[in-house]
Amino acid sequence: MRGPTIIKAEDDKTRALNNHTLMAFSGEAGDTVQFAEYIQANIQLYTMRNDSELSTPAVGNFIRGELARSLRSRSPYTVNLLLGGVDPATEQPHLYWIDYLASLAPVPYAAHGYAQYYCLSLLDKHHNPNINLEEGMKLLEMCTDELKRRLPIDYKGVLVKVVTKDGVTEVPFDNDKVVRAA
Amino acid sequence: MDKLVAQYSRPQHQNELYSEQEQQDLSQTLPPLSLKFSLPPVDNRASFLRAMTDDHSNPSCPIKLAHGTTTLAFRFQGGIIVCTDSRATAGNWIASQTVKKVIPVSRLSRGEDKPSNDPTPGLLGTMAGGAADCQYWLRYLSQQCTLHEIRHKRRITVAAASKILANLTYAYKGYGLSMGTMLCGVTPQEGPALYYIDSDGTRLPGNLFCVGSGQTFAYGVLDSNYRYDLSEEEALALGRRAILAAMHRDAYSGGFINCYHVKEEGWVHHGFDDMNPIFWKTKLDHGEFSNVTSEL
Repeated sequence: MRGPTIIKAEDDKTRALNNHTLMAFSGEAGDTVQFAEYIQANIQLYTMRNDSELSTPAVGNFIRGELARSLRSRSPYTVNLLLGGVDPATEQPHLYWIDYLASLAPVPYAAHGYAQYYCLSLLDKHHNPNINLEEGMKLLEMCTDELKRRLPIDYKGVLVKVVTKDGVTEVPFDNDKVVRAA
Repeated sequence: MDKLVAQYSRPQHQNELYSEQEQQDLSQTLPPLSLKFSLPPVDNRASFLRAMTDDHSNPSCPIKLAHGTTTLAFRFQGGIIVCTDSRATAGNWIASQTVKKVIPVSRLSRGEDKPSNDPTPGLLGTMAGGAADCQYWLRYLSQQCTLHEIRHKRRITVAAASKILANLTYAYKGYGLSMGTMLCGVTPQEGPALYYIDSDGTRLPGNLFCVGSGQTFAYGVLDSNYRYDLSEEEALALGRRAILAAMHRDAYSGGFINCYHVKEEGWVHHGFDDMNPIFWKTKLDHGEFSNVTSEL
């Protein structure tokens, strides 16, 4: 977005940090991609130097450290992040909610911005840790339906990526569904 | 003879009504809307009030108004469900946890003096925004509804009652009123009717409204599970769950869950229940709220 104009409707606001960790970002234009690619490069550098992949919690704590350092600098990054990953050894999924003030919170489900106000109550009700991918996609659809119904902003659809122990895959999603309020 | 027949063949209910002249006399002696209030002795009262009370642009303002609420109402096949939280806040301060945010706007008996399980006839209004504004103007509306009933010998429609309130809030627009209210009732003319009225002068009929700082959380739950053909139990449970969601996520909502069901014969109260045991029951029995851990 630039002023009143949408520049690109299908921008990929995620970066894969390694084979099993994905980071989604939002915030100040310019800062977001710059910060995401800085993190991406440093994670890859670490892997090359030490010949071992960082786990998702390790990546999370590294990002938090970088954001905390940036927060007290002359021009802090204003970037909000969601970090998701699956530990290839234990197959444990991890999700971290990170904001520009360098808060790091491990959570079962998360959102940033106005979406929180509409989606968190839905997720509170319908989420449980044992759901499968299909149920998860249904839950995601409930969330996007609610945003279409009540959010005054037309966010032009979502891009869905799934992180499993085998890696990151993009999943097709029907963004053309019309939803009407009751 | 024809004259005589014409004179006596009017339907009974027409004979009971006041004559056209009488009706006009009555409606023209309605008190004007500008009830006399003492106003602050300043030039621009609206901006004075804004400077003193608006806590968005001016967090250190001297007067903190009671704001923050979650209220909801929706129509379904069995009537209308009305649910609210019970927290009153003034700034960051929780002023009360036991507020009755559903206000009966009914006729001669407001239902306060007779505790009974029978439906109480009349309308219900909900309270969001300034507590004083809501209480005062809903009581005023109640008075107008009673007068309507005495003058016209029939209960006021929800459409008419909501219009009285909307005209009033519109007349006071810019004077700092703060209210978001839903009027609900079932009348023979309209069936179940639900209106949203706020201090901007907005008046909207609809099936489903959530009002207050917790509205988005309540909408989230309500929208995804709402159907018009909900049963009474399902509808009450959904209303309660939507309020619980908002009480859980919104810092300015909490306390007790207050539920009402409005049906043809009148409104029925369905409990004023502490949210805490309900929250833990919902979490532990249904596995919801998985972000809250119950282990030590």
